[in-house]
Amino acid sequence: MVQTNNIKYRYPGSGMINFPDLEIKARQALLISGESGCGKTTLLHLLAGLRRTVSGRVLVGSDEISSLSPAKLDRYRGQNIGIVYQQSYFIESLTILDNLLVSPYARDKNRARQIADRLNIEGLLHRYPKKLSVGQQQRATIARAVINGPKLILADEPTSALDNKNCTQVIELLLEEAVANDAALIIVTHDDRLKSEVKNWVELEPLDN
Amino acid sequence: MLGKIAWKNITFKPLNTALCVSLLLFGVGIISLLLLIQHQLEQKFQRDLKNIDLVVGAKGSPLQLVLSAVYHLDAPTGNIKLDEARQIMDGPMVEEAIPLAYGDSYRGYRILGTTHDYIKKYDAQLASGAMFSDPMEAILGADVAENTGLEVGSVFLGTHGEVQEGHVHDNHPYTVVGILQKTNSVVDRLIQTNIESVWLVHSDHGHDHSAIDSIHAVELDFNHDHEHDHDHDHDHAEHVITADSMEITAILLQYKTKMSVLNMPRIINDQTKMQAVLPALEINRLFYMLGVGATTLKMIAGGIMFMAGFSVFFVLYSRLKERKYELALMRSVGYRPSHLFGLLVLEGLILAALGYVSGWLLSRVGIYFVNRQAESDFNMQFDFAWVPGEEWLLLLTFSVGVVSALLPAWQAMRMDVSSILSES
Repeated sequence: MVQTNNIKYRYPGSGMINFPDLEIKARQALLISGESGCGKTTLLHLLAGLRRTVSGRVLVGSDEISSLSPAKLDRYRGQNIGIVYQQSYFIESLTILDNLLVSPYARDKNRARQIADRLNIEGLLHRYPKKLSVGQQQRATIARAVINGPKLILADEPTSALDNKNCTQVIELLLEEAVANDAALIIVTHDDRLKSEVKNWVELEPLDN
Repeated sequence: MLGKIAWKNITFKPLNTALCVSLLLFGVGIISLLLLIQHQLEQKFQRDLKNIDLVVGAKGSPLQLVLSAVYHLDAPTGNIKLDEARQIMDGPMVEEAIPLAYGDSYRGYRILGTTHDYIKKYDAQLASGAMFSDPMEAILGADVAENTGLEVGSVFLGTHGEVQEGHVHDNHPYTVVGILQKTNSVVDRLIQTNIESVWLVHSDHGHDHSAIDSIHAVELDFNHDHEHDHDHDHDHAEHVITADSMEITAILLQYKTKMSVLNMPRIINDQTKMQAVLPALEINRLFYMLGVGATTLKMIAGGIMFMAGFSVFFVLYSRLKERKYELALMRSVGYRPSHLFGLLVLEGLILAALGYVSGWLLSRVGIYFVNRQAESDFNMQFDFAWVPGEEWLLLLTFSVGVVSALLPAWQAMRMDVSSILSES
């Protein structure tokens, strides 16, 4: 489902980062770990199309997203990629339900309710984000990530702010949602608790600068 | 969804919104009120001016003479002798001359002694009853009838002067013989009678029949264009005119050619005890003076609008820092940079629209209070309708909203989504 080929990235004024090739199928999960500052989040943003690779190819399904125009890339990301961040970002003036449906490609209220039901936040849909606990916010973020039935779910340190109980719950939800949506799941983390939950993992080398 | 986000964001911080909207509200409100009053005042003054080329009255302030004789807004400058006035009225280039005699009122409405020509000039039609013909018969303007409750056949007493507490002429009751249709001109607020009535009320020998006879004689002169060939009462009329007792207040003149008007004021002002004024000139002068005041107020309001624009900018720009994560989030769920630009411009526009609508309402509330005052002080009413110029104000307000939002919108469009989302 997702394949990377020899991708490189360079921050302005620093050296080239080479990333290892990745390959992952639908309904599978891949853990990318490594020390802080080794480029984990950068890799995730390259996969999400939030940054552009200097060279190399990123394939999602049969689409080479590394060569899409900016407009097509924004559309592709909105329709096919769901992202869960370390912190839960919401539009604070909107209710949880509206936040789930915030994507310009999200139309279906019933699907939002189904997903909320599955993630056990159906009672929170008319509350505002600030009224939710950290665990509840993270569930809502996962719900928003899968609202459009993505091909790829990306998670950036989804558990680092959570206690053990919530950590286990969130990672299980992510795995379940990947299966339910027929999507590939890539988690970037330095949280060793996750290694017991996900079999496939890649360790990034620390940057030598 | 973008519209919903914009609206929710604006209502989410009501204090910020209130600041922007209240500044816009006062700017728009003041300008709108000025436009309304200025436009309607000018329109009303132009309409009432009709084709009066020249006003002749007693010496004094020219503006006062015009305001009192044409618009019935001010006290008269004094009286003029009928025989002197007649020399001007009979001038060869005069197309039409309407004599006016006034000084009394009923419940604040001026009682105007004049001829039927006055009503014709303002195209007033009778709604009921008949025109006045005999002394002490009166016809009412539409507003007078409505506000005093007088009907055809009613009897009322005039009060000396323009104030309601003045001396009441209780020896000479007027009888209402007709009521005019609404004309939206000065006629609506006048009680008209013939000049003889006014003389009669103010003559010392009011019950004396000879006075009425003599007055009739003078009236004949008005109506028959000074035909001296009729025999009856001729001596009597001469007697009255030379008696020096007959005075009128002003004459409204229309000339056959506009050129012949130009020299008249100088001739009359130099050679008689009267003054002649070109009303159009005086009214232009008045509006020029009012315009200076209105321009100052508009500049103040413009300053408020500028501050309002700045506050819209400030609110959007300062919120941009708080909102950078949610804007970055919007990008990550598929919105384009141009969407974010549009979102902020839309927020500026919504603020402007709120400001415009509330400012528009404020100006109408203002008119309501101005009306309550103007009604009793000047016998004037403004209406609430849209006036020309307000469309420019609408455009100006929206431009303020859009222009103030441009820089924040540009910044939102250009932000580095990836590095904002990598912050922890």
